[in-house]
Amino acid sequence: MSENTYFDMNRRSFLKSTAAAGALVLGTYFIGSAPRAMAGVLAKPAENAKRANLFIALRPDGMVEVTCHRSEMGQQIRTAIAQIVADEMEASWEKVIVIQGKGDPKYGDQNTDGSRSIRFNMQRLREMGASVRYMMQHAAAKRWGVEPNTCVAAQHVVTHTSGKTLAYKDLIDDALTITPPEADKLKLKDRKEWRYINTGMAHIDLQDIVTGKATFAADVREPKALVAIIERPPVVGGKVKSFNAEKAKAVKGVVDVIEMPAPKGAPQFQPKGGIAIIANNTWAAWQGRKALEVTWDDGANGDYNSESFKAQLLNTVNAPQALVREKGDALSVLEEASDKLVADYYVPHLAQAPMEPPCATAMYYKDRVDVWAATQNPQADMETVGAMVGMDKEKINVHVTMLGGAFGRKSKPDFSAEAAYLSMKTGKPIRVQWTREDDIQHGFYHAVSAQHVEAALDENGKIDAYLHRTAFSPIASTFQEGANAPFSFELDLGFTDNPILTPNMKLERGEAPAKARIGWMRSVSNIFHAFAVQSFINEAAHKAGKDSKEYLLEVIGPDRILDVTEQKAEYNNYWGDKSVYPLDTGRLRNVIEKVSDMAGWGREMPKGRGLGIAAHRSFLTYVATVVEVEVSAAGDLNVIKSWVAIDAGTVVNTDTVKNQTQGGSVYGITTAISDGITFDKGRVQQSNFHNYRVPRMSDSPLDVEVEIVESDAPPAGVGEPATPVYAPALCNAIFAACGKRIRQLPIGNQLKA
Amino acid sequence: MITFTVNGNKHEFSGDPSTPVLWYLRDELNLTGPKFGCGMAQCGACTVHIDGVAQRSCVMPVSTVQGKEITTIEGLSENGDHPVQKAWVEHKVPQCGFCQCGQIMQAASLLSTNPTPSDEEIVQNMSGNICRCGTYPRIHKAIKSASKSMTGNAGVGFFDPSQAGEEA
Repeated sequence: MSENTYFDMNRRSFLKSTAAAGALVLGTYFIGSAPRAMAGVLAKPAENAKRANLFIALRPDGMVEVTCHRSEMGQQIRTAIAQIVADEMEASWEKVIVIQGKGDPKYGDQNTDGSRSIRFNMQRLREMGASVRYMMQHAAAKRWGVEPNTCVAAQHVVTHTSGKTLAYKDLIDDALTITPPEADKLKLKDRKEWRYINTGMAHIDLQDIVTGKATFAADVREPKALVAIIERPPVVGGKVKSFNAEKAKAVKGVVDVIEMPAPKGAPQFQPKGGIAIIANNTWAAWQGRKALEVTWDDGANGDYNSESFKAQLLNTVNAPQALVREKGDALSVLEEASDKLVADYYVPHLAQAPMEPPCATAMYYKDRVDVWAATQNPQADMETVGAMVGMDKEKINVHVTMLGGAFGRKSKPDFSAEAAYLSMKTGKPIRVQWTREDDIQHGFYHAVSAQHVEAALDENGKIDAYLHRTAFSPIASTFQEGANAPFSFELDLGFTDNPILTPNMKLERGEAPAKARIGWMRSVSNIFHAFAVQSFINEAAHKAGKDSKEYLLEVIGPDRILDVTEQKAEYNNYWGDKSVYPLDTGRLRNVIEKVSDMAGWGREMPKGRGLGIAAHRSFLTYVATVVEVEVSAAGDLNVIKSWVAIDAGTVVNTDTVKNQTQGGSVYGITTAISDGITFDKGRVQQSNFHNYRVPRMSDSPLDVEVEIVESDAPPAGVGEPATPVYAPALCNAIFAACGKRIRQLPIGNQLKA
Repeated sequence: MITFTVNGNKHEFSGDPSTPVLWYLRDELNLTGPKFGCGMAQCGACTVHIDGVAQRSCVMPVSTVQGKEITTIEGLSENGDHPVQKAWVEHKVPQCGFCQCGQIMQAASLLSTNPTPSDEEIVQNMSGNICRCGTYPRIHKAIKSASKSMTGNAGVGFFDPSQAGEEA
């Protein structure tokens, strides 16, 4: 579909169907019996609203309904989309209502991951907003019999040069007879005319959140809904051997015990199987599960031990592997080098652990299924649920609630398929509630990884040759049985696109099988690639006796656009056209300089304190972070403060960008301090926050100072890029503070030794 | 029969007395402000006030609240304007928002017993509440603001330009 066809096609088809589409589905079943909480998020489109285009509907009372087709998980996409549309259409902010879009291919991609909601949508949202402004302006001109260029549409009112005015609400029917021009002929507002874009305005759900009215998945109330808690096989691919349904049913409140079908083939997003306890309330279902006495056949993954797997990965990266990128002759130079640095790095499996455990409610009817879910990708729910209940995906209505965090976990809608299946079996609406133990033990984990890096340093400490091998269980294994080679997509995240300048470079990737379900987690393989690269450069700086910030700049080299084509390599560039989103080392250098200024780099530090720096481009955004830590003589770590400079191109909401950057930094602490997810006998050994540590306020710096580089470059990603730099910046600071180098995460007791 | 009040209204409970207060509030009363995050008092998302003091409702059996007053986020203020809620809005604390009701209830309880907590006391009192979005720096600042507004105490009495303007 060309850039323009969505525009006209959507507008015309929606003009015909006006409010019929999508307007009714949310309300009828749940509203009425629902508490106030329903109103806030699952806003019901007005039945008499008239659609101007795919994303904008106008109501006779003057309210503007803006559809948000992306999932809200804390990145304030609902606000950002409304800011863009309202700015271009010149709507008054208080007259804007956000409607959460259902899963529907008409919106295009809805997979809210990859930090791409703004960059994939900003242009078309601006065009849709501008088209409505055009329609209003021209409708008023037509009504008055004047030239359109004598009319200005601003803040819900069209004003003629004579001073007469017409409100948007009085122009709706006229406006819908005006056909806006093709997108490329539409006049968008000039950047300096923006009212809402590039401001730090408060997000629309703020008041609902602080009063408890925001509706998350488990807050969807259906009076007849039963609650299901599922005991799943502890080992991926395991099957139920036996269980005691009678004992579970003897628990008061338990109404049914249903065996889930075992998944077939690769995991994909299929439920893991197991036994579902259906009860009148959550607590009864939970107690029923405890009474199940289930035994398992573990299957082929019952031998998974992450400690021996770690040794296997480290062996892999210490032997030659498949070539990814090559320049010059790194191996010969390394062989002859008199000054060499060699290091292995390891990052364990991690769990996303969003605060809201997965949850979905479903109601099965013979000709459709209604699902309410905390999903990042409602179109994936349509497919997964459809396959689970044997229905076409078009018949699966997926309503997206607020997501209580997601970080990649909720783009795998196994929980929605569980709810739909159980509703089909019972004929009742079912809410599937995952416990924290379920979340920690039955996830799609961040891949465990090992990295081997070598460099030859010349007499000035410069990197003359660089070798980097990476090995990790690939995400491909989740979609294809037995897949054990990293996808190019994963290598493109901080490995193949490594911007350091050296005459000799060799990048290789090793294979690793997957013995667990592997999935993406905030910033994905950037986490371990940036950890290795940015730790290694810091090690090299110390070896060369140079300031680590100056050395980092030197290694990146002069300002240029990265071109790896001569090195027979290609990288996907986060789906971004390289002519629009080139990897510009000047922008990377700029954030390093900026963050150094912010942090007062080079200042005298008291004993036991240190500053660490790291910089990395991911999701087309450039981030540099400085962390200040204190390590006591006893080895206690105190993260004192952090500074982050971020260049994400054009930004929509400056406060959101700061909040995401602060939060993404704190999330990065997880990589360093979490115990990680470990396996023995195929089973996850952690179960809840007592043994899967995540950062608390006591682990977090109380100040994460963020500066956004002002830029009119195209918008880039925001949700993820602050995360991968954090662990290396932190570990580099630890080295500066106490001289201990952390190459293997988690930090654990390494500072105590 | 166990009797108690929730947000000022009298309630009676005759079910399984081991049922945690959280599930009673959510499943029976449809009060969905208190959230389920861990079920073992590790994350604080379920925090409510029992007789004015922050408690983890996910591990508190209904049998223990006989005669007590339970307050949830829904009952913290009439119009969402408790000083802590206002400070949360002022500092634009939330990201996803899931943990924030628990954070607010914990902070309100802290300030009711210690109206001017030190930086360290805030950390100690708030470290039982997890925020995976990592809003801790803003939570900390918001509690300082709420403390000032509740006590009418402008703190140490000098203007700090670094605290002015947009949230850092």
